[in-house]
Amino acid sequence: MEAQEELVPVTPVEPPSVLRWRTMLAVPVAAAFAFALHLFIAKNEPPLEAHSYKLLYVEVIGVSILLALGRRFSPGLRRWMANMWPVFTAAIVFICIWDVITLGLRILPLPYFPGPAAVLRSLINDRFLLLDSTWHSLALLLGGYSLGVIAGLISGVCIGWSAPVRYWGMPLLKVVGPIPATAWIPLAMVLAPSAIVSSAALIALAVWFPVTMLTASGISNTRASYLDVARTLGAGPGYLIFRVAIPAALPNIFIGLFMGLGASFLTLVVAESVGVKSGLGWYVSWAQGWAEYGKVFAALIIMAAFFSTIMTLLFKLRDRVLVWQKGVIKW
Amino acid sequence: MVAIAQVDAASLVVRDVKKSFPAPDNPLSRRQALDGVSFSLAAGELVSLVGPSGCGKSTLLRLVAGLDFADAGDLLVGSEPITQPNAERGLVFQDPNLFPWLTVRRNIQAGLVARGVLQEKKNEVDQFMRLVGLESFANVYPHHLSGGMAQRAALARALINHPKVLLLDEPLGALDAFTRMRMQDEVLRIWEARRTTMLLVTHDIDEAIYMSDRIMIMTPRPGRIERTIEVGLGRPRQRDSTDFLRLRSDILNYLHFAGQK
Repeated sequence: MEAQEELVPVTPVEPPSVLRWRTMLAVPVAAAFAFALHLFIAKNEPPLEAHSYKLLYVEVIGVSILLALGRRFSPGLRRWMANMWPVFTAAIVFICIWDVITLGLRILPLPYFPGPAAVLRSLINDRFLLLDSTWHSLALLLGGYSLGVIAGLISGVCIGWSAPVRYWGMPLLKVVGPIPATAWIPLAMVLAPSAIVSSAALIALAVWFPVTMLTASGISNTRASYLDVARTLGAGPGYLIFRVAIPAALPNIFIGLFMGLGASFLTLVVAESVGVKSGLGWYVSWAQGWAEYGKVFAALIIMAAFFSTIMTLLFKLRDRVLVWQKGVIKW
Repeated sequence: MVAIAQVDAASLVVRDVKKSFPAPDNPLSRRQALDGVSFSLAAGELVSLVGPSGCGKSTLLRLVAGLDFADAGDLLVGSEPITQPNAERGLVFQDPNLFPWLTVRRNIQAGLVARGVLQEKKNEVDQFMRLVGLESFANVYPHHLSGGMAQRAALARALINHPKVLLLDEPLGALDAFTRMRMQDEVLRIWEARRTTMLLVTHDIDEAIYMSDRIMIMTPRPGRIERTIEVGLGRPRQRDSTDFLRLRSDILNYLHFAGQK
C-alpha cells in the first residue's frame, strides 16, 4: 500500500537576506566615531601608546567597507551581516563608553581600570606569553575534563543501571559530590606528585559529579516500554544498555556535560592561580602581582574567547548527536 | 504485495495461569489480576481478547511475552515453556514505542541488530519496509511520522524477527477511526501472507469480529476468560453484513449482562 499520510518536513526558518543601509553603515560609522572620540580624549597622551588601538579602527572601517561592497555577490554574507552588524555596533559603542569612563573622564581609579587602548597594547605586547598560557590551560582543561567525563559516564551508567551499585554508590555521591572541587585543593596538593596532576584530578572531580548525576538519572529514567520492546526483539544486556538506555539518556547526559564544563572552567582558573605555574589563571594572578591591570584585562578577554569557543563546540556536538530531537531531517 | 516466506507459526498454550499484584491501597494484601486463565491458540490462528479495561488483558499479554512471571500455571509456545522475552514472540503496544533516536530504517532493523544477524539479513529490511509501505521514509526520525505510519513501522519492527507468535496490545487503539480500519486490513493482509499466530488484545468489539477467528471475552476482578466465541464468518468480512451485526449485538448484550452480575 502507499503511504497516504502526509509527511510534514520541518524547514528551518531563515532570516531574510535583506540588509538595510543603516544596518550596513552602522559598523563603519561607529568605528569612525570611536576613532575620532579617542583622538579627542587622548590628545594629551603620548601618541605611540594608542597606535594599535587606532589601527584597529582603521582596519574595522576598511573591512566593513569591503564587506559592504562584497555583499552583492553572496546572500550568505548579506544574511550574516544583517544578523551580526547590530551586535558588532553595540560592541564598538560599549568600548567607546569604556574609553570615555576610563581615559576620558577618569571616573574609575587607575591603575585598576586601564582604557581599551592600554588593554589592547598589553594584549599585543604580551601575545606570546598569552598564547603559551592559553595552550597550557587548554591542555590541562582537556586532560581533566575528558578524564572526568569518562569517569562520570562509567559511574553514571553503573549507578543508573544496577540497583546494588545505586544502593552503595548513591550515598557516596550525595555526600562527596556537592563539595566544590576547589575545596579539595589543600589535600590534592599533598597527595598528587605534581601541581599539574593534582589540578587535572581536581578538574576531573569537578566534572565527574554533574556528569555522574545526570547520566545516572537519565539511565534510570529510561522509559520502561523502550526496554520491554527491545527485550521482545531479542536484545541482551549489552543492547539494552548501549543502544537503548544510553541513547535515551543522552539529552540528560549533555546537560551534565554542560554543567561539568562550567565547573571545569572555574576549577581550572582557581587551580592555576594557586598551584600550577602556567596557564591563563596563573597569568592573571601574576599580572595582578605586578599591578599590570592591562594584562589582567587582556587575559580576561582571552579567557572569554577561549571558554566560549569550547562551549560553542560542545553545543555543536550536542546538535549533531541529538539531531533526532530537533526536528531536523537528514535525507 | 511482497512475498515473504511463510514462517512456521507455533501454537500457544496458557494453562491455569494465576497472577496477583500488591493492592495499591494496601501493600500488605494482594489483588488477583488473573485467576486461572486457560486457553490455547492453534498455529496460525488469529484470536482476540476483549474485555473492559482493568480485566487483566495486558497483564496476560506481558506474561505471554515473558516480560512478567506468572504466580502459577503453564505458558507454552509449541512445547517450550515461556521463561523470558524472546524474539520468537513479537509484541506491539498501543504506543508504537519507536526509538526516537533511530531513523525508521534503523528502528525496523533493531531486532536484527539486537540478535547480531544484521549482516546476513540486511536485504530483509527493505522487504519489510515495503511490506508496510514505508520505503520512502527510511531516513526519517519517528517524530515526523503520523500515528498510523509509526504503528506500521512498529509492526515491521516486530515482524522482521519472524516471530512464531505476534502479540498485539491494542495496537490500533490510539488511531482515528478511518486509519484504524485501514490498519485492520493491513494487519489482516500481513497475517494472511505470513500466517503468524496472533493474539490481539482490543477493547473494540467491531475490530475483534472483523479480524479474528475466535473472540475470548475476559471479565475483571479477578480476571478470567468468561466465554469464547467462534466468529465463523468467511473472509474478507463485511462490517455491515447481518451476521456481523448480529454477532456484535450478542457480544454487547453479553458484556452488559456480565457487568450486571
